[in-house]
Amino acid sequence: MAANTETISAVEKATKDYKYGFVTDIETEFAPKGLSEDIVKFISKKNDEPLWLLEWRLDAYRKWLKMNTEEPKWANIHFPKIDFQDAYYYAAPKSDADKPKSLDEIDPEILSTYNKLGIPIKEQEMLAGIVGSGNVAVDAVFDSVSVATTFKSKLSELGIIFCPISEAVKKHPDLVKKYLGSVVPQTDNFYAALNSAVYSDGSFVYIPEGVRCPMDLSTYFRINAAETGQFERTLIIADKGSYVSYLEGCTAPMRDENQLHAAVVELVALDDAEIKYSTVQNWYPGDENGKGGIYNFVTKRGACRGVNSKISWTQVETGSSITWKYPSVLLQGDNSIGEFYSVAISNKKQQADTGTKMIHIGKNTKSTIISKGISAGHGQQTYRGLVRMQAGADNATNFSQCDSLLIGKNCGGHTVPYIDSRNPTAEVAHEATTSKISDEQLFYVQQRGLNPEEAVALIVNGFAKEVLKKLPMEFAVEAQKLLGVSLEGSVG
Amino acid sequence: MSTTLEIKDLYVEVDSKEILKGLSLKIEHGEMAAIMGPNGSGKSTLASVLAGKEGYNIVNGTIKYLGNDLLKMSTEERASSGVFLAFQYPVEIPGVATSTFVRTALNAQRRNRGEDELDAMEFLKLARQKAKELEMSEDFFQRAVNVGFSGGEKKRAEVFQMSMLSPTLAILDETDSGLDIDALKIVAEGVNKLRDNKLSGIVITHYQRLLDYLKPDTIHILADGKIIKTGDKSLALLLEEKGYQGITGAN
Ligand SMILES: Nc1ncnc2c1ncn2[C@@H]1O[C@H](COP(=O)(O)OP(=O)(O)OP(=O)(O)O)[C@@H](O)[C@H]1O
Ligand SMILES: [Mg+2]
Repeated sequence: MAANTETISAVEKATKDYKYGFVTDIETEFAPKGLSEDIVKFISKKNDEPLWLLEWRLDAYRKWLKMNTEEPKWANIHFPKIDFQDAYYYAAPKSDADKPKSLDEIDPEILSTYNKLGIPIKEQEMLAGIVGSGNVAVDAVFDSVSVATTFKSKLSELGIIFCPISEAVKKHPDLVKKYLGSVVPQTDNFYAALNSAVYSDGSFVYIPEGVRCPMDLSTYFRINAAETGQFERTLIIADKGSYVSYLEGCTAPMRDENQLHAAVVELVALDDAEIKYSTVQNWYPGDENGKGGIYNFVTKRGACRGVNSKISWTQVETGSSITWKYPSVLLQGDNSIGEFYSVAISNKKQQADTGTKMIHIGKNTKSTIISKGISAGHGQQTYRGLVRMQAGADNATNFSQCDSLLIGKNCGGHTVPYIDSRNPTAEVAHEATTSKISDEQLFYVQQRGLNPEEAVALIVNGFAKEVLKKLPMEFAVEAQKLLGVSLEGSVG
Repeated sequence: MSTTLEIKDLYVEVDSKEILKGLSLKIEHGEMAAIMGPNGSGKSTLASVLAGKEGYNIVNGTIKYLGNDLLKMSTEERASSGVFLAFQYPVEIPGVATSTFVRTALNAQRRNRGEDELDAMEFLKLARQKAKELEMSEDFFQRAVNVGFSGGEKKRAEVFQMSMLSPTLAILDETDSGLDIDALKIVAEGVNKLRDNKLSGIVITHYQRLLDYLKPDTIHILADGKIIKTGDKSLALLLEEKGYQGITGAN
């Protein structure tokens, strides 16, 4: 297993400061500060949207206004009140109107940003369009608007649609209209309503019946303009008997203002379809005092709508000053399967309240939850999970395992499992452990030649192994590096 | 013969309890020294201090290793410059495969020494060879470090790690306890093989049997925090016969 070695060298190379703390200097076109019906109209107009979508947005905006007092309070996170009128809701690179057709036309600043992010050479080559350089398609979201989309032709041969959702609205309005908001309704929660009103762009994927997507589809998100709330909207539909693996990864530049990120991701799996959604999340966590970090309030949900369908969420959460995130699965189709594999780190003053919801509706549905929470520094981490067995979920089963690892004395790990079973034939099994990295372990590993940070990274990667091995290979390597980098300064 | 290790007048406290009380010890290049002593006399404490474990208060004394001030070196620097401790109680690292662990360690040491890292194939070849010498099944490569290992397997895995890392100074803390008779012989042969490469060693043991195989150059008796007697193999035999009481009394 080469990856641990990679981790070690990544930790070694990394400096004390946030590795990706740089700001690309690209002129940004802003909508005026604040939120109003006019801003919603501005965003819709910028994206050149049809009327039905504008109305959908306005509808969401009006619902959000009514919810304005209902900003969720139940999570175990604490932050100053957000002034939603004091933020920008739209920013785009200037090239928006005239999207580049090839990489040559892409701003070298953007390319160098990818370099700094350490996007694997292989994917850079693909971005550069070198023939036969591999098979990961990258829909690169830079700020809010997609600036580079590759491998489209290869995908379109198979009838696969992978494009910015703004483009899908124009080219495939029926699909978007049918599924947008069908998994996460506008009024699902405060942040989902906000996103529905002001989302800027995001990815759209459609895999036709019987097609196995031959490559991992991958998107890199990046917050770039200061004080710009990010509202991504992702919609993935796997039609009958299809399969797709989707990768989402992100890092963000250093800054002083807290930044709100409220994405919505909707997945739909029809009969016999499978969606594997993997995230390596690395928003800027803030400094030692938690200042300047990203607020990450995300709604991710998948619907196993068809029989025998399957949705897996795998996430590695290392960043954000605050994370509020519960990738969930609605197990509607009989025999459908939902999975949630998560590694989350809270270091310094980071707070994470994350987990999943598995809602068993169909018969013989099955869910697995493996959560690995790591707390260091003054980090606070809560696993919050709901397993619900509806009345019709005959013979449904769930297995949950939630492990917490504590590094140091000032951090906290909490596990809050909710089980709600309304069917006597359903089975729910929950296991939880809390452990610490012992001085004996650290000494043992250091005695073999690793420095304290390398030692922690190695032990943590071991702790998280069950989840890391669920990630696609290249992503797993990246994730292991991140675990090491995220825990710098947590010992010694 | 040059000196590998020289400890002078070492006083060490743990939790304000004095454990080592004026210990002096010299190990020459290529020398194999055995340390014997009653339970609780401070043998493992000495081993931990040499390897650089935290939590020990060095009240007085000096330790020179290959001419350098060992006490000024970090734990990983000591390891990279050839100090290896085979633990009396090896530690479990869940989820980390033994081969990953050893490879990470070996390459970290090589990097620290400014040497090239071994790639996966080179490493595997070496690991296979060492496992074979120690008559260990390769199954344990993929098993998490020490997790679920039997007492004897843990000790054998320590010796495997040692031969992979080929140290300059090996400290074996009761590596023989828990090993069956055959395993003891195999492990001793493994250690002897390293001696050909001029390994210096400190072998902590309670039993004569390991010494029969290792044939140490010197035997030290550690009691109440210091070396109270030094001799050749006849000292161990005397000990076997009279016990510590007899020896301390005779002193
Ligand atoms: N952290 C500690 N706090 C207090 N006393 C300690 C601590 N660690 C070790 N000791 C004591 O120091 C003494 C020496 O312990 P050490 O483990 O070095 O003995 P040893 O010679 O290796 O014994 P054995 O033959 O049983 O392995 C013992 O009395 C032990 O209880
Ligand atoms: Mg001992």
